[in-house]
Amino acid sequence: MSLSGNWYLALSAVLFAIGAFGLLVRRNVLVMFMCVELMLNAVNLTFVTFARMLNDIGGQALVFFILVVAAAEVVVGLGIVVAIFRRRAGEGTTADDLHIMRG
Amino acid sequence: MLHFAYLMPLLPLAGFVVLATRGRRLGDPLAGWIGTLSVTGSFVAASVTYAAMLQRPAGARREVVQGWFNWIGVGGFQVKAALLVDPLSVTMVLFVTSVSALIHLYSIGYMRGDADYPKFFAYMNLFVTSMLLLVLGDNLLLTFVGWEGVGVCSYWLVSFWFERDTAASAGQKAFLYNRLADVGFLVAIFLVFSKTGTLDYLGVFSHLHAITPGTRTAIVLLLFAAACGKSAQIPLFPWLADAMEGPTPVSALIHAATMVTAGVYLMCRISPLLALSHPAQIVVGSVGAVTAFVAALIGCAQQDIKKVLAYSTVSQLGYMFLAVGTGAYEAAIFLMVAHAFFKGLLFLGAGSVIHGLHDEQDLKRMGNLRRYMKLSFFTFAIGWLAIAGIPPLSGFWAKGDILTNAFARYPVLWAIGLLTAALTAYYMSRLMALAFFGDERWREVLARPAGGAEGAGGMVPHEAPWVMAIPLVVLSVLAFFGGVLSLPWHPAWDPLQWLGPVFGSNLYSPVQSVGTKWALAIVDAVVALAGLGVALPLWVRRSEWPALEPPALRRALYLDDVYDAVLGRPAEAFARFTAVVVDNKVIDGAVNGAGRVVRVAGGALRRIQTGFVRQYALGIVLGAVVLLAWMASRALS
Repeated sequence: MSLSGNWYLALSAVLFAIGAFGLLVRRNVLVMFMCVELMLNAVNLTFVTFARMLNDIGGQALVFFILVVAAAEVVVGLGIVVAIFRRRAGEGTTADDLHIMRG
Repeated sequence: MLHFAYLMPLLPLAGFVVLATRGRRLGDPLAGWIGTLSVTGSFVAASVTYAAMLQRPAGARREVVQGWFNWIGVGGFQVKAALLVDPLSVTMVLFVTSVSALIHLYSIGYMRGDADYPKFFAYMNLFVTSMLLLVLGDNLLLTFVGWEGVGVCSYWLVSFWFERDTAASAGQKAFLYNRLADVGFLVAIFLVFSKTGTLDYLGVFSHLHAITPGTRTAIVLLLFAAACGKSAQIPLFPWLADAMEGPTPVSALIHAATMVTAGVYLMCRISPLLALSHPAQIVVGSVGAVTAFVAALIGCAQQDIKKVLAYSTVSQLGYMFLAVGTGAYEAAIFLMVAHAFFKGLLFLGAGSVIHGLHDEQDLKRMGNLRRYMKLSFFTFAIGWLAIAGIPPLSGFWAKGDILTNAFARYPVLWAIGLLTAALTAYYMSRLMALAFFGDERWREVLARPAGGAEGAGGMVPHEAPWVMAIPLVVLSVLAFFGGVLSLPWHPAWDPLQWLGPVFGSNLYSPVQSVGTKWALAIVDAVVALAGLGVALPLWVRRSEWPALEPPALRRALYLDDVYDAVLGRPAEAFARFTAVVVDNKVIDGAVNGAGRVVRVAGGALRRIQTGFVRQYALGIVLGAVVLLAWMASRALS
C-alpha cells in the first residue's frame, strides 16, 4: 500500500513550521542551527515528493544540490558555533548577545 | 613634364618632416638651409611645370588635373586628392615659392641664435606646404585643408615668441578671427555639395545651372566671408596688425607670399560662380574699396614701422578685392604678384632696420638711417616707390590696371581707389621720411644696454649679413621690373594670353579709348606724386605732427575696443557667470546634493540593522508568509 503524496507534503510542511518556529523562539545558537537543518530537510522532502508525483527527475536532482550546500553550510556554521562557544564562554553565547554588527 | 607637379607641395612637406623629426640634431645654420632648399626645390618644380605649360597650346589643354588617390569615398560623396594645374594655380605657385624661398634665405640670418631655430623653419615649411595645397587643390575640400593649415601655421608663427604675452595673445587673435571666418567656408562647402553633388572645381562649374541665383549669391558671399577673414578685410582685419608680433620674416611670409593672398585667390578660383552673381560682385568690390581706403587712413597714423606695413597690406588687399568685384581677375592677380614682391621687400627691409637697431620698431625713434644702412635704404626705397605707384615701377602698372577697370565699371569705387592711392603714397613716404631721413632719434635706443657684448653707448646701426642682403636685392629687382615685364612685349609673353583662358568670358574687359587709358595713367601718377610731395617735406622736417595723427586713427578707429565691448566683455561676463553660478551652484550643487541624499538616507536606514539575528529571521518568515498568502490568493481566485 502506498500513501498519497499529500501526506508527505503535509509532513514536510509540519517539519518546516517546526524548524521556523524553533528558529524564532530559541536563543541557543546550536539549536537554531539545528532548526535550519530541519527546514532544509523539510524542503528536500517536498522536492522528492513532487518529483515522484509529477514524474520529473528534476526535483530529485535538486535535492543533491541542497544536500551539498547543507553539508558545506554545516562545516562553516558548526565551525562558527564552536568558535563562538570558545571565545565568548564568559560573556553570553545566545543569539541575542551577538549583536556587534548593529547599525 | 607636368607629372612632376606633385613635387611642388611635397618638397616643402618633406622639409617639414625632416626638420620636425631631426631639426634639433641639425642645429643652427643647417636646419635653415634645409628649409630654404626644400622651398627652392619647390620653386624649381613650379618653373619646370610653367615651362611645360607654355609649350602647350592655350586653352583647355593647359588645364591638367593630376590625381593622387581617392581620399574620401562614401556613397555619392567622392573626393579625390588631386591637384588642379592650370595657369592660375601655376602663377600663384611661382610667386609663392619664389618669395617664400627668399624669405627662408633671409630668415637664416634673421633668426640666427634663436633658441627654437629648427622649429621656426619647420613651421615655415609647413606654412608653404599648406599654401601650395590651398592653391593647387582640385576641390573645395582640399583647398579647405590648405586653408586651415595656413591658419594653424600662422597661429604657431605669430606666437612664435610665446613667452611674450602680446605675442601669445596675437596668435590667438589671428586664429580666432580666422576660425570665425572659416565657418563661412564650411557652410559654403555644404551648400555646394547639396546643390551639385560634387566638390571639385571643374565639376561644380559644369553644374552651375543646377544652382538657383539666390543660392549662388549665398555661396559666393559665404566664401567671401571666409576670404575676409584670411585676407583681412573689413570687418575682420584687426588680427593682421596684431600679427606683427611674430618675427619679421613671418610677417613677410604672411603678407607677401602666403595666407592673406589666399582669399583673393579663392575669389578668382570661383570666378565662374562669382560672375553669375551681380549682387555678390558689388559686395566684394565695395568691401574691397572701403577696406583699401580705411586701412590706408589708419596706416597714416601708425608709429610702429611694421604696423604701417600691415595696414598697407590690408589696403592693397582691398584693391585686389575691388578688382575681383569689378571682374578684373587678371588685374587682381597682377597686383597680388607685384604686391608679393614689393611687400616682401618692404618687410624684409623693415626687418633689416629692426635688426640693425636692436629690435626697435618705433618710427619716432629712427631717422636718417640712409647714412648708415645704404643697402637697406636703396632696396627699401624701391619698395616704397613701387607701392606708392610711381612709374615705371611695378605698383604703378598693377594699381593702374585695377583703377582703369574700376573706372569703366564702378566710377564711385574708382574714386575711392584713387583717393586711397594718394593716401598710400602719403603714408609710405611718411614711413620713409621718419625712418631714413630727418634727425637721428635712435641714439638713446642704441645707448641702452642691448644684451650684446657691443652694447656700450655710441654705436651706430649696422647693416645685415649677406644672407639677408641677397633677398633684398633680388626682391627689389623684381619689384622694380615686375610691372614692366607684364606689358605685352611679345605675344607669347602676354599675361592676357596666359591667364585669360582661366577666366574666359567672366573676365571684364572694358572698351576704352587709348586716350582714356593714358589720361587715367597720368592721373594715377600725378596722384601718387602728390602724396609723395605732401608727405616728404612734412615728415622730414619734423617727426611730430599731432594734428595729422588723431587718436582715432592711431587706435585703428577703435575697432578693437568695439569688438571688446560687443563680443569680448559679454563673453567674459558669460564665462564668469558659468564659472561662479553654473559651476559652483548648479554642477557642484548636483554632485554635493547626491552625496547628501545618500548620507541622509543611509542614516535613516541603519536603524533597521539591529544586529539581532532572530529579528532578521522573523522578517524573512513574515515576508515568506506574505508572499505565500499573495500567491495563494491568486491561485484561488
